[in-house]
Amino acid sequence: MEREINPRQELLSNIRRRQRWDFAFAMMGLMSLLFALLTLLALIVDLAITGVPRIDFAFFMNFPSRFPAKAGIISAWVGSLCVMLTTAFCAIPLGIAAGVYLEEYAKKNWFSQLIELNIINLAGIPSITYGLMALGLFVYQFKLGQSILTAGLTLGLLVLPIIIVTTREAIRSVPNLIREASYAMGASKWQTIRHHILPYSTGGILTGVIISLSRAIGETAPLITIGALTFIAFLPTSPIVGHVPFVSFKWLMDPFTVMPIQMFNWLSRPQEEFHVNAAATGVVLLVMTLLMNAGAIYLRSRFRKKMKW
Amino acid sequence: MDLNVRAEVKNLKFSYGDKQVLNGVTLPIYENRVTALIGPSGCGKTTMLRCFNRMHDLYAHANYQGEILLHPGAINILGKEIDPMEVRMRIGMVFQKPNPFPKSIYENVAYGLKVRGVKKKSFIEEQVEKSLQQAGLWNEAKDRLHSPATALSGGQQQRLCIARALATEPEILLLDEPTSALDPISTRHIEELVQELRKEVTIVIVTHSLHQAARASDYTAFMYLGDLVEFGASEQVFTTPKDPKTESYITGRFG
Repeated sequence: MEREINPRQELLSNIRRRQRWDFAFAMMGLMSLLFALLTLLALIVDLAITGVPRIDFAFFMNFPSRFPAKAGIISAWVGSLCVMLTTAFCAIPLGIAAGVYLEEYAKKNWFSQLIELNIINLAGIPSITYGLMALGLFVYQFKLGQSILTAGLTLGLLVLPIIIVTTREAIRSVPNLIREASYAMGASKWQTIRHHILPYSTGGILTGVIISLSRAIGETAPLITIGALTFIAFLPTSPIVGHVPFVSFKWLMDPFTVMPIQMFNWLSRPQEEFHVNAAATGVVLLVMTLLMNAGAIYLRSRFRKKMKW
Repeated sequence: MDLNVRAEVKNLKFSYGDKQVLNGVTLPIYENRVTALIGPSGCGKTTMLRCFNRMHDLYAHANYQGEILLHPGAINILGKEIDPMEVRMRIGMVFQKPNPFPKSIYENVAYGLKVRGVKKKSFIEEQVEKSLQQAGLWNEAKDRLHSPATALSGGQQQRLCIARALATEPEILLLDEPTSALDPISTRHIEELVQELRKEVTIVIVTHSLHQAARASDYTAFMYLGDLVEFGASEQVFTTPKDPKTESYITGRFG
């Protein structure tokens, strides 16, 4: 009877054999993850070590200068802020309205499918293409100049597909049960959208908006293409003026620079000190993007907690 | 006793794309009575119920033929010239799964008045209280009218949905398997409620539970594969069915 094998032993060795694969795969996954994260971390740490000591109040309040120690980013961050405001103002209402229309109003046929497909494609078009289009259309055709308005419209177009797609996804996550409940109460389409669909998908829509803006804030290529200046030693016209009607939109037509362009400009200088300035600007840009994304995550979780079906 | 006919389904055919779901159903809906629609899954009972408030209009490829006449006045609510919104304002519906809006209890019940543009607060408050009382939810909800409706239990949520539908005083109330997602106690509660409500409103109820139909309805329509097989007083349908198909269904031989 020496052939007798303990059946339990056999079972256990079978389990161990399969668990080795589990382990191997888990290790492989962990390695890939660490590789990606550590590379990113190294980049950020390197940037921070170079840049952070350079950041002080004067750095935010000074204009760019020939002297690296005196140079600052005020024209860049004010420019970024103005461009972002214009972008948000153009892209958010358009994007949400388009998303709502496509999801709730448009008939589902080949034409709407074609539009849908193209919007997804638009989101993947290289950003410099938008710059070229904007140069032809906004700068030369509409004669808007190399202004904040042109930049805002360009970036607005760039992020429009992102907002449309995320709006649609957010709307689609509202269960049909809720739509039917609203219609069954005799609500019109607009009432259903206004009272239910938009409020319940606000979290998702806001997330999309913030993510699209945090993409726009880092865009450089399309703005260089439309001819954004790289050296600006003045601020846009103040939006508040001392005479009636006390607000002015002149700033929209002013030339501008933005933080990534300022960074790019400093990096192209030979002096080491300017590279430090660039790193410092990079840190500011990175912190702003991270803050925006953190805001998006916060909003999403807050609204999700409120919504349960 | 003479019964008023509140609505008449006349040779109702319904298709969804190429799929024929109802093959010509004719039956009366009596005023202040409960009419139960029973039959195996896929027989078209829910489809028929959803014709009553034009829910199918929300989706493409829905195609009605025939008529549902709403009395008095004999308006064909399936007519192309009738706005589905009018139909839905006159005929309320409660769904299979409780679907309160993620808003407060008060806002849920007041919603029908809100979409109609009713502004008078005292009237809205009155209606909210009255409907919650009719739905047997007032005692549980009166101290938390402004807390979220989604915090209620499943059975309470379903009664809230009934209150929401009642707040606009519909002419007919449609109940689509209202207890299929509920526990037995909540189910009992809803069935008792239906008995109470029929004094004030005409009810059409779709149910999977034969006991429910026998207990809670006055008339029963047995449907099978898109046809109406038998219609009659519930007592008669459940004790002396005329059609052999009805008999084998209610005795559990198929379904």
